[in-house]
Amino acid sequence: MSIDQFKYSRIPPEAEAVRGEVRAFLADALKDNPAIRRANSWMGFDAEFSRKLGARGWIGMALPKRYGGGDASPFARYVVIEELLAAGAPVSAHWFADRQSGPQILHYGTDVQREKHLPAICRGEQFFCIGMSEPNSGSDLASIKTRARREGDKWVVNGQKVWTTNAHRSHYMIALVRTGENSSRNQGLSQFIIDLSLPGITIRPIKDLTGSEHFNEVFFDELVLDADALIGTEGQGWAQVTAELAFERSGPERFLSSIALIHTLIDAVGCKPDALQAKEIGRLMARLLTLRHMSLAVTSQLAAGQNPAWEASVVKDFGAVFEQEISELAQLLCDISPKIEGGSDHAQVLAYLTQMAPSFSLRGGTREILRGIIARGLGMR
Amino acid sequence: MREIFDSTIERLFLDLVTPQAVMSCEGGVWPEAMWDAIEESGFTLALAPESAGGAGAAWADVCGIVRLAGRFSLPLPLPEAMLANWLLGVSGLQGCGGRLTIGAQGTLRFENGTVSGEAIDVPWGSEVDFIVAVIAGDEPRVVLLSTYGVQKIHGANIAGEPRDTLVFNEVVPLATELLPLGLYDDVLRLGGAMLRSAQIAGALECGLALTTTYAGERVQFGKPIASFQAIQHQVSVLAEHTAASAIAAEAAFAESSNERLAEFFSMAAKICSSEAAGIGAGIAHAVHGAIGFTHEHALHLTTRRLWAWRSEFGSLTEWSKKLGYAACSGGAKEFWPAITSGQLHNLKGVPA
Repeated sequence: MSIDQFKYSRIPPEAEAVRGEVRAFLADALKDNPAIRRANSWMGFDAEFSRKLGARGWIGMALPKRYGGGDASPFARYVVIEELLAAGAPVSAHWFADRQSGPQILHYGTDVQREKHLPAICRGEQFFCIGMSEPNSGSDLASIKTRARREGDKWVVNGQKVWTTNAHRSHYMIALVRTGENSSRNQGLSQFIIDLSLPGITIRPIKDLTGSEHFNEVFFDELVLDADALIGTEGQGWAQVTAELAFERSGPERFLSSIALIHTLIDAVGCKPDALQAKEIGRLMARLLTLRHMSLAVTSQLAAGQNPAWEASVVKDFGAVFEQEISELAQLLCDISPKIEGGSDHAQVLAYLTQMAPSFSLRGGTREILRGIIARGLGMR
Repeated sequence: MREIFDSTIERLFLDLVTPQAVMSCEGGVWPEAMWDAIEESGFTLALAPESAGGAGAAWADVCGIVRLAGRFSLPLPLPEAMLANWLLGVSGLQGCGGRLTIGAQGTLRFENGTVSGEAIDVPWGSEVDFIVAVIAGDEPRVVLLSTYGVQKIHGANIAGEPRDTLVFNEVVPLATELLPLGLYDDVLRLGGAMLRSAQIAGALECGLALTTTYAGERVQFGKPIASFQAIQHQVSVLAEHTAASAIAAEAAFAESSNERLAEFFSMAAKICSSEAAGIGAGIAHAVHGAIGFTHEHALHLTTRRLWAWRSEFGSLTEWSKKLGYAACSGGAKEFWPAITSGQLHNLKGVPA
């Protein structure tokens, strides 16, 4: 791997053109949202808001028109999603479908699967979650035990997924399960599109440390799936998941999770910062600008049909460190105590993001896994 | 043009700018043959317009040259000469061949057609024949000065690169012109910051390559130390900062036009690379162990430059404060638009 694969890529003018429209829409749609709801952007689930975005063509916009998409460039999609995150829009409901399930179904799905899912994803009516982790398979994803066995022309699934964000509010899960007889590690894995309304599925929310319910444990007990629930090629699940991760790890949600806190911090500091406040705010601004360059460089690789898994890991790890640093900086720069009830906007956002920060280097691949991938790309393993 | 520039200069550096050659220049020995080869290739004049005797290249075309200068620890003010000739060109003056550098700091004044005062921390100031400087004031002006006969006081940065003081006493400039509109009297400091950000990126690339190679060769506990997770994770952080510094520098060069430098991007690049320099040098040394701490090993050619360059033409702190004051004066609502437009207002007139 070479550092030169991060090529500075400007957003083309035709993609940039959508920004004004998105900003104007969000200024109106979110005008009553308090700062604490904006801080919750990526975890904010609002089906009605997602449908409104779908009506404007801002979900699945890079998918082909014949499946309900907009045939837009990945850069136009990038402009839309970074504006959504910067404004603190509640995007959680459709996020996984827009980011990875949609592109995956387009790439690996049959025509029937595409027709069934893509137009509904684009309308903001079909929500997806991602079933990867299991109780004994976190970072070591290749050790998963959930299994699907063939019975006639059906598949029967047994096992358990965990930490599945939005499982309790999604229509479908794309799950990685074991299909090969006597298979081990990353051999014999396959992916299925699971209709979460089927019998044989139990979904139990798990409260996170703030008391909110975003992620879940999901049990499959003799769950019967039709043959066409399989997506892609039987036994090729690992390769499919790996390709998916480049989408999952390089986007602006990997460094904008704390942008609401940057906003309240700047306003709390005011227009006459002291030297330390100015220095640290300037430093994080420079870092954010650079992270965005890096993320856009990966976007241009994805647009060119490459699989920048290594570069995406760099963006995600570097971005997580940045996101986690912001709540620490806010503590350093302002003598304002975090508050979960009462207090200023800044105090509330600080309380929320201080508690959320540990998840930034867990979700989508832990710091240790990402650094292992980076080291492998450097030829160290 | 970029590919031709990069491959030409890389071949030339591979030939001439060896670690031994760099070491022998420490303390300020001017490598005559190296300079002649570079000058003959025309790179010092790359950024001057064709009408001014240059190649009319764009900043984006030369970012690779400056990164390579950093990667090879080039013991010559080639980046500075390119910036000097860009400024002469944009000011409507002829490009200047020969040994040339910039004077970005000091107390120079322009009175009755002559220049007096000190230019300080001038890269290779004692060894060059010409310097380009900007004289501040109500009407800032660009001057090209001969160093012939002026007092020279030697100094050096922590990499042993000459950073000299030149004392001018009523010296008539070889050429002078008012600074064009749209440029400010800190243009050489800003341009110098942009150059150093690319040199730091190049030096980090070198440090990363040395470190991964060494970790693959050095065996302890019966296996290469590269196989230890603790080492892998440190080197990954070095790679992240290298990538960040490189793309930040590339962005600054790409967004700078022939008429003006991209202020926000250049400052951001210097901020990110200055932070990366300290972190990156530390990791490279940690992985190299005691051998990297010796004078004999080439690692210090890179790491001592990282420690020097991060504070030249404005440190992390100086530029961060500028960005921070500007960001705060605009308030939260202007923060994100500045990131997406690359335009940060209020960068002028804030306390240093």
